[in-house]
Amino acid sequence: MAMHEVSLMQTTLDLALAHATQQGAQHIHWIKLRVGELSGVIPEALTLAFEIVIVGTIAADAQLEVETVPVICYCSTCQQDFQPDDWVYRCPTCNQFTTDLRQGRDLELTAMEVS
Amino acid sequence: MCGDCGCSPGLVQGYQGHNHLSHPPADQPDQQDQTRPNLDVSETSLRHLEIKANLLGQNDRLAAQNRLLFRQQGWLVLNILSAPGSGKTALIERLSQNRSNRWQIGVIVGDLATDNDAKRLDNAGATAIQITTGTACHLEASMVSKALSQLPAAPWDLLVIENVGNLVCPSAFDLGEQMRVVVMSVTEGEDKPQKYPTMFKSAQVVIINKTDIAEAVEWQRDRAIANLQQIAPQATIFEVSARTGAGMEDWYAYLDRCIQDLRLQLHPPKNSQLLQIGGLPSN
Repeated sequence: MAMHEVSLMQTTLDLALAHATQQGAQHIHWIKLRVGELSGVIPEALTLAFEIVIVGTIAADAQLEVETVPVICYCSTCQQDFQPDDWVYRCPTCNQFTTDLRQGRDLELTAMEVS
Repeated sequence: MCGDCGCSPGLVQGYQGHNHLSHPPADQPDQQDQTRPNLDVSETSLRHLEIKANLLGQNDRLAAQNRLLFRQQGWLVLNILSAPGSGKTALIERLSQNRSNRWQIGVIVGDLATDNDAKRLDNAGATAIQITTGTACHLEASMVSKALSQLPAAPWDLLVIENVGNLVCPSAFDLGEQMRVVVMSVTEGEDKPQKYPTMFKSAQVVIINKTDIAEAVEWQRDRAIANLQQIAPQATIFEVSARTGAGMEDWYAYLDRCIQDLRLQLHPPKNSQLLQIGGLPSN
């Protein structure tokens, strides 16, 4: 199955391996990602892809933790942040639509545990 | 503190525990130091690393290089995205056949396999380069920069990148384009924007295609437009039929304005440094 989650997890693993090697680590035990609701990535597919790419590496026994990052919008009229209820980003105060995002597109490797 | 081994996962916010794979089995106590039975060597060497690495960083860097090149060359570059079968190739064919605008059009076509689309576009008068992605479900900036080296040197007015037919994966990958165009057809249902919000929210332009058969498929235009305005209020909407050509003139006029804007930005008229030029989406 063609999934961009596989290539993203391969990138994640490559980054993690590079950091581990730099630190002289022999094992990667735990990897943490931040995944925005609007990143276009499905966390379940990431987890599946993770199991595929770690085979045969020093991260073979590692656990993956995915922190979902909610969308935060900014309303320029009311000059306030708000968290939308759904995919319609409408300011709860003035009811105007906004496309200004404070967060929610994140796709980051944030932490890992090695030995 | 972890009750099994004395390590401190609590140092990590949101950490829900670990798998203790690095612990020795309970029946094999640490043989190096019997006075510290709860700490084995591997646990003491367990290290927590804080990292902040963007997983799309490499693609974003290459996309920025592409964008710079496009700008230096003065090409208006479109990234055209849709589900399979919405009519991306037909739209580009129609655009290439139109002689009245005299645009030089280069096309980069992404597909899982076959070069059928590139042949269709060549026949329509465009210069098309095919990227066969194999198993990849989207184009990446690196594939575009590689394809650019195969594209004959020409003063393109428009460089059109036809992405792989997919409304999910390509949305995360910036190619360096100035304009993201998402195509949906009247056969796909009025709630397409709600089903693929990530993609529609990233569009500067949405084209509704196959309007010639709208009546036959009982297309509810007002509902579709309202859905688009809710999910993608930033997008300029065009309603066309690539087959009959209906509505294409508005789309051409919009492209023409963008091409003119780009030229003015590149070669501003003398004594007009303060001129504010709008229209072209900023990226």
